[in-house]
Amino acid sequence: MEYRIALAQIAPRLGDLEANLELVADRARAASADGVDLLVLPELALTGYLLQDLVPDVAMRATDPRLLGVGDAASGMLVAVGFVEETAEHRFCNSVALVRDGTLIGLHRKVYLPTYGLFDEGRFTRAGDRVRTHDTGAPIGRIGLSVCEDFWHPSLPMLQALDGAALLVNVAAGPSRAPGGPAGMAAIGGWHKMQDTYALLGTVPLAFCNRVGNEEGLTFWGGSRVVAADGSTVVQAPLWEEALVVGTLSTDDLRIQRYGLPLLADERLELVRRELDRIIAERAGMEPPPDADPEPEPEA
Amino acid sequence: MSDAEAVADTAPLPQIDPARAIEVIAGFIREQMAQAGFERLVIGLSGGVDSGTVAFLAARAVGAENLLAVRMPYRTSSEASETDAMRVVDALGCRTERVDITPMVEPMLALIDDDDPAALNVRRGNVMARQRMIVLYDRSAAEDALVIGTSNKTEALLGYGTLHGDMAAALAPIGDLYKTQLRAVARELGVPEEVVAKPPSADLWPGQTDEGELGRSYESLDRALYALVDRRWSVDRCVAAGLPRELVEWVERRVARMEFKRQLPPVAKLSLRTPGIDHLYPRRRPGSRR
Repeated sequence: MEYRIALAQIAPRLGDLEANLELVADRARAASADGVDLLVLPELALTGYLLQDLVPDVAMRATDPRLLGVGDAASGMLVAVGFVEETAEHRFCNSVALVRDGTLIGLHRKVYLPTYGLFDEGRFTRAGDRVRTHDTGAPIGRIGLSVCEDFWHPSLPMLQALDGAALLVNVAAGPSRAPGGPAGMAAIGGWHKMQDTYALLGTVPLAFCNRVGNEEGLTFWGGSRVVAADGSTVVQAPLWEEALVVGTLSTDDLRIQRYGLPLLADERLELVRRELDRIIAERAGMEPPPDADPEPEPEA
Repeated sequence: MSDAEAVADTAPLPQIDPARAIEVIAGFIREQMAQAGFERLVIGLSGGVDSGTVAFLAARAVGAENLLAVRMPYRTSSEASETDAMRVVDALGCRTERVDITPMVEPMLALIDDDDPAALNVRRGNVMARQRMIVLYDRSAAEDALVIGTSNKTEALLGYGTLHGDMAAALAPIGDLYKTQLRAVARELGVPEEVVAKPPSADLWPGQTDEGELGRSYESLDRALYALVDRRWSVDRCVAAGLPRELVEWVERRVARMEFKRQLPPVAKLSLRTPGIDHLYPRRRPGSRR
């Protein structure tokens, strides 16, 4: 079975919820007219990125009708969109919502908030503490959501692949450095290499939607793409410019890929967990767990 | 391999893709103006490569018809500066005004005396740079425009500029471009070659050149800055890569000594929320636009 993903590579207006809701609605109408099954919008698409102390002003609950209504123009279409979430406990998170027909299907709170170099996210938003996948039914199945920096930690997409994700969706606001210079292109190359590798090793297709435009001196580079489960590029948006690109994926391809390359099925999870428990204990200076060495190696 | 080639290999000049940089900067200018609610720009045009390049970038971003280039000579300013400034104006077709700052600064200069001729030059130069700022900001108010800055990264890091003078601006489009990168961008933009190729000078007194005053070439300064700042190299590593120790140590000291020029003044914190410390916002918020 085939399904279609649209990536809306947009330039949200900083702090302007109303303008961004209209921008998102416009892309939803365009994607819907194109018969798309899933529309992906960037990180913080409803608010812009460098919010600083505007965070509480633009935050909304995950049940907010404005959020749930982003795909109102498109019956049956899934929409993944980034926003500032305020939880019931007034925790402010950089979140991505997955909605369809006015219903919240899935929610992910950015787990890794970059607070180094040009990034200062941990100062203004709080980290999520869950990595889950969300069943969307046919044709796509389970989707694993993540936000930008989350993808620089391979444990996260791998957990989602192991948790049954048939598609990874990463929404991003990636700023460029040294445009055109080797260092700048290396950063973009790093993003794309990482995606190819996650798809290949997770035997899972992925959709990556990165924003464009400029905020307070930062220029976001775009380059959104859909990657198939064999690591090949299905579609890629241009760098730097606004775009709406559509890629088609096949669930049959995923089935064939996973038969030929049964990495997920062969993964030694009990071994990974045992070694992780040992490493966690050692890093914390604690005694190793009792099953850390089930069959001690003979003395040399 | 010659010494120069060895240094080029191991402590290179910062590279740039000029066409890409131009697109990024033009987008930056447009976005900043949209966010602030302005449509016009004012620039102080000296005839040098920095202001010439920014004038071209501004015209690329918002159209030459939205740019006012103000030429502000002092009585000792060189004729060549005026000629070169007009080359830029003619190439762009932007509006221009000539405001002679001599009668504005002479009363102040008459009050300045200093036994140290170098210090006297600096003080006199600061007065001229600050007077030009006053003219530019007055023109920007009359024109409903923003003042676009012309400081480059080499100057900013070395603190080679006048606080509240030529460093004063609403936005800094070339603030992350080293002088040597800037020349590549200038050529890509089509800035007249006479402007790009001439020795950079603040033209604050006759015969002044940047490289004469700094005592080093921009090429060697940029190699050292790129290694120390962008690549976070130690002095020893720079020296091992072939850069003269005297140069690297001088640059490192100067960057540190001039940190104050790159920051807003510190605020004595008293309250729960203090501007610049824990009252942090984008420059323009929705609803705060003009």
